[in-house]
Amino acid sequence: MYTGKIRQILLITDGCSNQGEDPIAMAALAHEQGITVNVIGVMEHDVIDEKGMTEIEGIAASGGGVSQIVYAEALSQTVQMVTRKAMNQTIQGVVNRELQQILGRSKTMEDLPPEKRGEVMEVVDELGETVELEVLILVDTSASMKQKLPTVKEALLDLSLSLNARSGDNQFSVYVFPGKKNDVERLLDWTPNLQNLTSIFSKLTTGGITPTGPAIRTALTSFNQKRSLRSLLSDDDESYMEESI
Amino acid sequence: MMNHTWKNQYKLSPGTNVTGRWHSKQYKIIKELGFGANGVVYLAKNNNTQVALKMSDNGMSITSEVNVLKSFAKVQGQETLGPSLFDVDDWQVGRGNSRPISFYVMEYIQGPDLLSFLEQKGKSWMPILFLQLLNDLDKLHGSGWIFGDLKPENLIVTGPPPKIRCIDVGGTTIEGRAIKEFTEFYDRGYWGLGSRKAEATYDLFSAAMMMINTAYPKRFKKTTGGIEQLREAIRLKPELHRYERVILKALMGHYPSASQMRSDLLDTISDQPKKDSKPVSKGSRPSQHSTQSPKGNINISRRDFRKKKKKSGWLEFFFIAIVLSVLYGLYIFLKLL
Repeated sequence: MYTGKIRQILLITDGCSNQGEDPIAMAALAHEQGITVNVIGVMEHDVIDEKGMTEIEGIAASGGGVSQIVYAEALSQTVQMVTRKAMNQTIQGVVNRELQQILGRSKTMEDLPPEKRGEVMEVVDELGETVELEVLILVDTSASMKQKLPTVKEALLDLSLSLNARSGDNQFSVYVFPGKKNDVERLLDWTPNLQNLTSIFSKLTTGGITPTGPAIRTALTSFNQKRSLRSLLSDDDESYMEESI
Repeated sequence: MMNHTWKNQYKLSPGTNVTGRWHSKQYKIIKELGFGANGVVYLAKNNNTQVALKMSDNGMSITSEVNVLKSFAKVQGQETLGPSLFDVDDWQVGRGNSRPISFYVMEYIQGPDLLSFLEQKGKSWMPILFLQLLNDLDKLHGSGWIFGDLKPENLIVTGPPPKIRCIDVGGTTIEGRAIKEFTEFYDRGYWGLGSRKAEATYDLFSAAMMMINTAYPKRFKKTTGGIEQLREAIRLKPELHRYERVILKALMGHYPSASQMRSDLLDTISDQPKKDSKPVSKGSRPSQHSTQSPKGNINISRRDFRKKKKKSGWLEFFFIAIVLSVLYGLYIFLKLL
């Protein structure tokens, strides 16, 4: 069985970036490194303008992930659905590539007769249950997000509940942007459980700018740091699941 | 990318012919039955039989649901909780190079959903339908599956005679895995009362929440969460008092199987007149028990004891009489010789 690892960035925001690099380019950079970028746009009484929408969809598209715009009350359900959906997409990508090797070029699951597809699906399901998952959560804490932060916290706790029901391991890390001193600030280092968020989240302050691009760039280094630390500890080669386009 | 515009893009107008590219069966769309996150369900006609046809741009979810329906058919035999599966295929729209759309065809289950049925026919049907449901769940769990997304919208009452069936198997998960799909109100994770692991107790929690739902058709939001809020919700509705014990036990995950919850529910309904005369608050009941029943026990056992004593007395008497007469007979026999 494939023992890879799925790496995702989950960006929770409510509007357009206004400082630093182009977030769509940064998402593309993440995708190049085998990291999927998913975006959730949260609305409450406000509505995300067209510019914000285009950016949200653009980030997900170039990050190889999933995007969704929701009202704050539906956030919990959406966060877990988006994460799962993106995870399944990645697994499907891997399975499709394996299939291509067996069946020859340009064959994917959809080219199989429906009867055979079921067996492949069982493999996909099995992988979704057991694969190791790393999710880095990037939360926009610009001023307009202030009222939505308690809901975001609830949704993240709910996400860890959903994912921890799987038998595969999970690692979460939480970053907020803008941070107190820098563009981005680490709130929680890699951990299998998000329970600790409860105390940290209440102390959060919100700021004015939205440096989405730099936030994604910093998030990427967090994945890389982790990789180099791991390689110091153990010699085994880690394989990563990468999305096939 | 998530497809927001699926509905508009693929909205099929009545009369559209859908032909499968693998099995070449033809289906004529009659109307749209429902629309969910995982696709659209149409009422369709094939050789004058009405069928339900589910279509999705996400071929994976179609395949996944087909897998569930197939395994249902294998285990459960004739009367299944879910719809029977007729066909799985892809539909090539137009002649272009566009991606074919996956669909499957199943039995058309007709009737009102659970809550509408109870509104029409009265609340007295509530326990009966839940007995049916728990029976079906027991069979399902026995075959290693957990329903997952159990909610009134997914349950249809067909008939007559009324029989509960489910129409959406999208959340059905292999036991022990993480629940695939759920709805907050019926999810024990949302209420802080357990994990999202697919276990029998997960479905029984949802079933108990549906029982509460029958008294609160509009549901309610989580405030404090936990068992306290739910207990309070039951208390506020007199119609739920009779089932309070069963509901709470299921909410706390104390029923290891659907059949045990079923038999408890059955008991609750059967001794209804007795229970009605008793106060719902549990204060006075146990004390009555403790004063009356031990006395009764003593009376019975004494009477029994005496009876036994009488019986054994007679036996003793006959035994001695027989032994004596045998000995006397032997004595006479020997004397005569």
